[in-house]
Amino acid sequence: MQIYFQLIWAYLKIGIFGFGGGYAMLSLVEKSVVQPGWISETMFTDIVAISQMTPGPIGINSATYIGFVAPGSVDTALNGVGWGLLGSCLATLAVVVPSFLLVLYSSHFIRRHSESGAIKAVFAGLRPVVVGLIASAAIMLMNAANFNPNGIDWQLWVNIAICAIAFCLAFFPIKIWGKKFKMHPILIIILAGVAGYLIYGIN
Amino acid sequence: MNDSHSPQSSYWSLFSTFFKIGAFTFGGGWAMISIIEREIVDKHNWIERDDFLDLLAIAQSLPGILAVNIATAVGDKIRGGKGSVAAAIGTILPSFLIILAIAIFLTPDTIKNNHVISSIFMGIRPAVVALIIAPVITSAQAAHLKWKTVWIPLVVALMISLDLGTISSPVLYILLGAVGGLLFWWLPRYSARKGRKHHSDKI
Repeated sequence: MQIYFQLIWAYLKIGIFGFGGGYAMLSLVEKSVVQPGWISETMFTDIVAISQMTPGPIGINSATYIGFVAPGSVDTALNGVGWGLLGSCLATLAVVVPSFLLVLYSSHFIRRHSESGAIKAVFAGLRPVVVGLIASAAIMLMNAANFNPNGIDWQLWVNIAICAIAFCLAFFPIKIWGKKFKMHPILIIILAGVAGYLIYGIN
Repeated sequence: MNDSHSPQSSYWSLFSTFFKIGAFTFGGGWAMISIIEREIVDKHNWIERDDFLDLLAIAQSLPGILAVNIATAVGDKIRGGKGSVAAAIGTILPSFLIILAIAIFLTPDTIKNNHVISSIFMGIRPAVVALIIAPVITSAQAAHLKWKTVWIPLVVALMISLDLGTISSPVLYILLGAVGGLLFWWLPRYSARKGRKHHSDKI
């Protein structure tokens, strides 16, 4: 039973100290779950790989998966779907609740003082920074893992083309029957997945 | 009763919208922005684009999982505390269920080494990058950048993507932005007051 408290404690810490989201949190997750021996190093890399292949934040993915596996790997008496499910729920809640409360509290505080000149000034200063943050996220994702994972030239060019086409579809409205509309990002992701399957999947 | 919130949004529509967003968020919180913009700002008109930028600033400056923080802040803005619960659960649930299904029914290897799935993701990853480039431009427009402020996002994006340790931390630039905004607001008032005082002293 102790494992459940350890899981909650580990994921509370990840939720409180994990700044920068996603991959910035990974080293913290690794330290908290691989070192106590809940999962092996290879299993951890597997989880990271799965997180990249499934939707959703990597923090949630790892909490759900490790919460499910850890009880059974520590104590064979806890080897079962029910015990795993309990671990999943507890770890996922633990990683979410601290920041949820922080965000809620801060946005209430800000709304209460939204007419104050100081708060307005803070956000006026923050807006250009946020634009830079989004840009940095885009720049940092323009890497080999996303564009050329196999190190093959033609694949790099195909992926650059997919990126360029996806950008045009997302950004420029298409005119159909005199009505302008922009393609929905979800549809773009689905089309890109289909393209990936047609280009790389069939051989 | 809820005049500060958007009247057309129910908890259910908030939940289902964020469920959809969570199910198609590949590659972390920033990848959500395009879908959130389309669903929340363009389609439902629940919030304004520049308000959305402010919420992004709050979500990014607090610890925790970025995607959940964004959902919490947006849900709270639209429908208060309960709305933030609906939005946060909606964002978490798709990845929770998918990972749970993988943990129960499959081993990590079956996913990781699946040729079809990995080829689909070869196509999706570059498209996700495009979906983060597009909001760089829309958010730059919403931030009303002028020649005097356009250097800020450029420097922030450059410094963060160089990844030089502490001086590349997003939190640092959020702090600088907030302090800069405050100073810009406070200094003219301070010098005006001082000037007035100086003036009255002379008389």
